[in-house]
Amino acid sequence: MTDNIQGALPITARNITKTYGKVHALDDVSLDVKSGEFLTLLGPSGSGKTTLLMVLAGFTRPDQGSLKFGDQEMIRTAPHLRDVGMVFQNYALFPHMTVAGNVGYPLRLRNVPMPEISQRIEKALETVQLGGYGTRQIDQLSGGQKQRVALARSIVFEPRILLMDEPLSALDKKLRDRMQIELRHLHEKLGMTTVYVTHDQREALTMSDRIAVVNHGRIMQLATPQGLYEQPANRFVADFIGDSTFLPVERHGDQITYNGMPLKTSHPVPDAASLVLMLRPERVRLATKTTKTVNEFQATASELVYQGDSYLMYATMPDGTEISLRGAIRQGTVAALPKIGDHVTLALEPSDTVLIDGGDV
Amino acid sequence: MASADIYADGLRRDERLERLKLFGLSSPAILLVLVILVIPVGWLFFVSFIGADGQFSMENYERMITRKSYFRIFITTFKISLFATALCILIGYPLAYFMSQLPNRIANLCMITVLLPFWTSLLVRTYAWLVLLQKRGLVNDWAISLGLWDEPIKMVHNMTGTLIGMVHIMLPFLILPVYSAMKQIDRDLLKAASNLGASPRRAFWTVFFPLSTPGLFAGALMVFVLCLGFFVTPAVLGGGKVIMVSMKIVSNIELFVNWGAASALGVVLLTLTVLVLWIASRFLNLENIAGGGH
Repeated sequence: MTDNIQGALPITARNITKTYGKVHALDDVSLDVKSGEFLTLLGPSGSGKTTLLMVLAGFTRPDQGSLKFGDQEMIRTAPHLRDVGMVFQNYALFPHMTVAGNVGYPLRLRNVPMPEISQRIEKALETVQLGGYGTRQIDQLSGGQKQRVALARSIVFEPRILLMDEPLSALDKKLRDRMQIELRHLHEKLGMTTVYVTHDQREALTMSDRIAVVNHGRIMQLATPQGLYEQPANRFVADFIGDSTFLPVERHGDQITYNGMPLKTSHPVPDAASLVLMLRPERVRLATKTTKTVNEFQATASELVYQGDSYLMYATMPDGTEISLRGAIRQGTVAALPKIGDHVTLALEPSDTVLIDGGDV
Repeated sequence: MASADIYADGLRRDERLERLKLFGLSSPAILLVLVILVIPVGWLFFVSFIGADGQFSMENYERMITRKSYFRIFITTFKISLFATALCILIGYPLAYFMSQLPNRIANLCMITVLLPFWTSLLVRTYAWLVLLQKRGLVNDWAISLGLWDEPIKMVHNMTGTLIGMVHIMLPFLILPVYSAMKQIDRDLLKAASNLGASPRRAFWTVFFPLSTPGLFAGALMVFVLCLGFFVTPAVLGGGKVIMVSMKIVSNIELFVNWGAASALGVVLLTLTVLVLWIASRFLNLENIAGGGH
């Protein structure tokens, strides 16, 4: 199937604004999706991520803005003329057609000759590992199979852009995990520019080349999964991606201090009025011996949860903030874990010491 | 195991008791069906085999076969019912579609206006049409003053008037199931069709219309079956020029006091109606008629 795609198309969105009454569903959003890229729009519900996807598909007409697929302006093009594939959240399979009827639908609309249609249906079904399912009725399929049929239908006409609106949200966790990997492989194989919408941060981290975190109709940060996790641009992103606790810090010239203690960091410090230190549970550890190269904190263990492969500890910091830390449990370490109420020393590497803008966004 | 056997006995008894209880609870309903349905229809069958002399005979049925006029009456009945159903579809389907696309609050308002005639007496509505459609009625007066036609047109006491009245009264029976089926169509399906390259027209005919057909069939069947036995409206607006089976039944009783002949007509009409329903049930789920969709 890859041979027939004449190369994926980049998407260029500029200054897209959409208001419903007084609410800005999209607030002057500009976004570049590179050709062949897997980009995820990640955000809480009501953030505007779905609205943005609907603008790309043509189902929502924005108040203003420009949208280009390749060099072609699309903002005023009707949805049925945009030639983009889309997978809907509830699959939107036609219940009055068979699997083959569904997958062949876009081909029939394009007046593809009959023998070629059945050939391409079978090929698309094989791509999603449903070869031979053509004659099945839609209501005979399981959720995962419906998902695959919807996918086959959206790629069978070889669109150069593929949009997906939380396609895995209706599946159980195990199936979802497997489909994530499969979608990723499929994208590598077909190479179409893909825009994926989800509210599940783990899904976004697993699948994407880049992630755009959306909130209040704006893109908070656009970065690779690693960039997003390691260097969140602001408190919202840090909070939304992964678990994190924040400690208030002060700036004294070049010196950053927490509770009077200077912090060592190997990252640039943002130029912001108020700063916070972001702590990830898996990056904070229990200090065994004192070293001068790491940041150390004195705290009190307030809760300890044994989780088999790891432990989760809550510790109260000197300023009263409760932070969490997670560590692996190996043979013999269980007995060495502190008890509730024990005084503990926590260590944080300078490379894990990330300071971010503490202001609200 | 011994203890398991003890419980098995008890559980069996509980099961029996529960069934008896259920039967006891449903007995009033069974009695009601018996009294208002089974006995009268059985009586109808019985009477239809009683001749004018009070003896058992087939003459009521023989008459229906030998006399051409009876055959004509059945043809008229089916023809009018078919026309009325077709007109109801032509008017009701677009209206239901329009309503299904409106925001819920406005759609509910429209639904009330559709249902409003239901709460008015059938007779009143029929006579209202008589007044409106007569030679010197409102419709003719307005049409002439607007220059639509020059001479008053005869619109009652004929097929036209009968159809106008019947369609008006039957329309809600079509709109309700069609509207209910349309409301159940997932809007994302139309988006999906559009996304896959279907123009709005193609999307309607390939996705929306096929998915609305269960409601359409159910509504059409309901209208058709109700039309088959319709009496008041065709009697008043047809003015004796349009004879349907129901009117023949009435005249048999009122004019000729021939209960046997009337009953035989009733039996044949009932049989034909059941036949229509049976054929239809082979193609669609009759539960749709209740308006609940599928």
